[in-house]
Amino acid sequence: MLAACGVNSPEELFQHLPEAVRLDRPLDLPPGISEYEIVQYFRDRAGDTALGYASFLGAGVYNHYRPVLVDTVVSRGEFLTSYTPYQAEISQGTLTTIFEFQTMICQLTGMDVANASMYDGSTAVPEAAMMAVRATGKGRVVVARNVHPEYREVLHTYAKYQGMPVEEFGYASETGGIDLEDLERKMDDLTAAVIIQSPNFFGIVEQVKAAAEIAHKRGALLVVVFTEAVSLGILEPCPDADIVAGELQSFAISPSYGGPYAGIIATREKFLRQMPGRLAGQTTDSRGNRAFCLTLSTREQHIRREKATSNICTNQALIALMATVFMTVYGKQGLRELARQNLAKAHYLAGKLDLRFSGKYFNEFVVRAPETINKELLKKKIIGGLPLGRFYPELKDCMLLCATEMSKRADMDLIASHAAKPQAQPQEVIA
Amino acid sequence: MIDKVTPHITQNEPLLFERSSPGKKAYQLPELDVPEVDAAEALGAENVRAEIAGFPEVSEVEAIRHFTRLSTWNFAIDYGMYPLGSCTMKYNPRINEQAARTEGLAWAHPYQPEALAQGCLEVMATLEAALAEITGMDAVTLQPAAGAHGELTGILLIRALLEKRGNPRKKILIPDSAHGTNPATAAIAGYAIENIKSSETGVLDVAALEQIVNEDVAALMVTNPNTLGVFENNIAHAAEILHGKGAMLYMDGANMNALVGIARPGDFGVDVMHLNLHKTFSTPHGGGGPGAGPVAVKKVLEPFLPAPRLKKSGKRWAWDYRRKHSIGRVKAFYGNFGVLIRALAYILAHGGPGLRNATMDAVLNAVYIRKRLEAYFDLPYQSPNMHEVVFSDDRQAAKGVRTGDFAKRLIDYGFHPYTVSFPLIVHGAMMIEPTETEGKREIDQFIDAMISIAKEVETDPQLVKTAPHLTRASRVDETTAARKPILRWKPA
Amino acid sequence: MYPENFRYTKEHEWVSVEGETGTVGITDHAQAELGDIVYVDLPKVGAHIEQGKSLGSVESVKAVSDIYSPVSGEVVAINTDLADHPEKLNTDPHGDAWLVKIKLGNPGEVQNLMTSADYLSYVGAEK
Repeated sequence: MLAACGVNSPEELFQHLPEAVRLDRPLDLPPGISEYEIVQYFRDRAGDTALGYASFLGAGVYNHYRPVLVDTVVSRGEFLTSYTPYQAEISQGTLTTIFEFQTMICQLTGMDVANASMYDGSTAVPEAAMMAVRATGKGRVVVARNVHPEYREVLHTYAKYQGMPVEEFGYASETGGIDLEDLERKMDDLTAAVIIQSPNFFGIVEQVKAAAEIAHKRGALLVVVFTEAVSLGILEPCPDADIVAGELQSFAISPSYGGPYAGIIATREKFLRQMPGRLAGQTTDSRGNRAFCLTLSTREQHIRREKATSNICTNQALIALMATVFMTVYGKQGLRELARQNLAKAHYLAGKLDLRFSGKYFNEFVVRAPETINKELLKKKIIGGLPLGRFYPELKDCMLLCATEMSKRADMDLIASHAAKPQAQPQEVIA
Repeated sequence: MIDKVTPHITQNEPLLFERSSPGKKAYQLPELDVPEVDAAEALGAENVRAEIAGFPEVSEVEAIRHFTRLSTWNFAIDYGMYPLGSCTMKYNPRINEQAARTEGLAWAHPYQPEALAQGCLEVMATLEAALAEITGMDAVTLQPAAGAHGELTGILLIRALLEKRGNPRKKILIPDSAHGTNPATAAIAGYAIENIKSSETGVLDVAALEQIVNEDVAALMVTNPNTLGVFENNIAHAAEILHGKGAMLYMDGANMNALVGIARPGDFGVDVMHLNLHKTFSTPHGGGGPGAGPVAVKKVLEPFLPAPRLKKSGKRWAWDYRRKHSIGRVKAFYGNFGVLIRALAYILAHGGPGLRNATMDAVLNAVYIRKRLEAYFDLPYQSPNMHEVVFSDDRQAAKGVRTGDFAKRLIDYGFHPYTVSFPLIVHGAMMIEPTETEGKREIDQFIDAMISIAKEVETDPQLVKTAPHLTRASRVDETTAARKPILRWKPA
Repeated sequence: MYPENFRYTKEHEWVSVEGETGTVGITDHAQAELGDIVYVDLPKVGAHIEQGKSLGSVESVKAVSDIYSPVSGEVVAINTDLADHPEKLNTDPHGDAWLVKIKLGNPGEVQNLMTSADYLSYVGAEK
């Protein structure tokens, strides 16, 4: 090969690079190690984590069981080691699963169209906001304070340089749901979108319909965010939402210390052309057989460049496939049953604790409890709730807890023994 | 002369929804160990859905057969060479997958106490340091989820710095050979875009650059090597021109596979750049994602990096949220950690010398392909190429066969097409990137296939124009898909 | 090929003036360059358009092309048929597949445009 290239050594292939830019020393990295050593390296790192702990953390990332079929499917080289399916004739596997994914997201959210995934829920939110801006021709966004705090931070970062003012509105201190009066006050005729989350960051099922009415009255779109996709197994999606932006981590995607996850945007047919992200569509091949291909690509950056709906290119195809397999395995009955189990576990635990809010909740809830109980629980290899003071100073004596189908009754009883309602008798609870 | 493939059996498979029958299930849940709750009471009757209409109902065997059958309708790196230019489709080592599934790491919750996340933080810190060494930059953020996300982060960093200096400026310069994400990103960051023409040799025209850089220019976004696979020889000079006017140099690291261990952007004047871990660092593309787009910066931009930042206090790692100059978050949590693990596994496996060898092999493969094919295809730019080579379809177009048709015929020979019609500065581009993964045998087969198709263009252009012929799906009608979009299944 | 009573722009639009109204479309050359047209984005009736500014866009599978208005004025009609039948732009760009009708704000502007003979030699030269 060297001879064909007209050189004596591979180094010569770099001789056209100016001397000054060439690195004149080896990289300061250790020499390579073997497969066994790599396995060991990561096992050692894992030894310095919460391996073996039970966790009651939620807050956008949930502990749900991952059916074995999920990794079986996504480990297939045909899915794992293929590129974005631009060459439809040799990508029908990926394209068909994307089409099924889009369909199931529509069925779950009650929307007409869904894209083939966004990076995650947090980035889907500013993308949804920008979409509403394009669709309405207006520029301002209002977002509820009980939308995930880190999602709001991402929204602020994106909005800052685009002339897209973002204003927050409050939640009702009693219920934990959005404060409708405050929303009314913050609305004006230049508002493109109202963004709420349901179940919200406190776990409470929101008044989506009421929010939609307020938004629509002023010509704004309603964006409904979700972080706990399992809730869709039992909660009726609101027919009045215009855009749904969500996170699918709950669908067999490992918590993996924060990513990779998969976000989605789903919407009404009339906003289709404003939607960012890849889409698979049905068509036929030249023999007349059903086939799928990526479509409506003119919305995207590789064609429209600076006028594109978004700069997104890479999406989360393999992660979306995990969610697709998960939805297939659980199916119509299973997702509902799973949601019912989550509901039951959360209500069992919450029933023993001092709830901060009165609103209806799914599998997460806020309780009054000092942060010190987390220390006690850690001794028993239980990670308790997320102390809320860092996001909500007014809730500094509260924490957010989540129970899922993976939560064990014994662990929940133990939590109750440390953080029971003031009137409860701790000694009556078996630890 | 097709020696690599023959047609093989694939099985038909309906959509999940067509396969469903009421009552079938593939899931198991344990018995509930707490009392049932009445959903209507707990959630409000009006909030409880009756059913998920249309959702699939299949058995476990049906589920696995469904996805397995569909998988066989895909081409993949595991089948053969995937020479997509600019995409760096290298082998995805399976050890990466196992590493990412290591239990304590895969199940780590982003909000678990820092004391119980030290292993995760150590992985991230190690990767940050390795990427800083590879790029020659001073600091790295791992937060961005993909290349375009990294670009946005990088441009926002520049904007924040310039704003602090008193003027965010108005525009970003982008060469006409750039990826589409570059202008789209600049627009999202609130900048106007000015395109600059490449020189006749396919590199930045520094004289032209000198003319247009003024106080309105925030930065130049450049890919190096550029999308022609050509190293920007004047890059250091370009950096001086920009810096002289208070502007910054952004480098799109999409083509970093040509430089690792050979040259470092930090040493040739780059102020900020992103890396695509799913390209250079072997994490799988997975049919379109996930990726990760770490951003590396010089010291002057470090204060603006997205919060939180890793910091060491004593022997422990911690997250530092108090970063008053930070541009803010670009993503919830800390980044695509699972992808970061895979990239670190790749770096550990190769080590410093191995990474450099990979670069040399990648460039050798691309130069070899160029040398063997330049007699058969038009090569619009004669400059020495690095990890990829861009031909044009000029000769074949004379017979009515365009780059897209030619690419489809490659499929019949057992290869994934090269990148079609990009970069835009080459009319009818055929952009080929073999990566270091391919050995001589597979590359020679590819070259023979290219030559054989070139001959077919002369003798039987129709054969090429209607390709592929051996695939399960023949040429797919993308026009009808776009005219009458069907984006979800509906019951007949 | 190119009707003599039309006037043409360098960006490959045409206008046909009858009284105070100009009918606007894209040329046969434009449709051939774009290939199969899949979508047309048109302004709303009542919109004010300026000569040389974008009034909408046409899309093929892999390209988007702005439509630059040959004349200034108010949009008085749009060809709604194209929403369902964008393919007509490929088959009848100078007839059935007109895009918009504009009430001319400045009828003299038409004089800035090319005649069919000029346009024919212009697209000949472009090739």
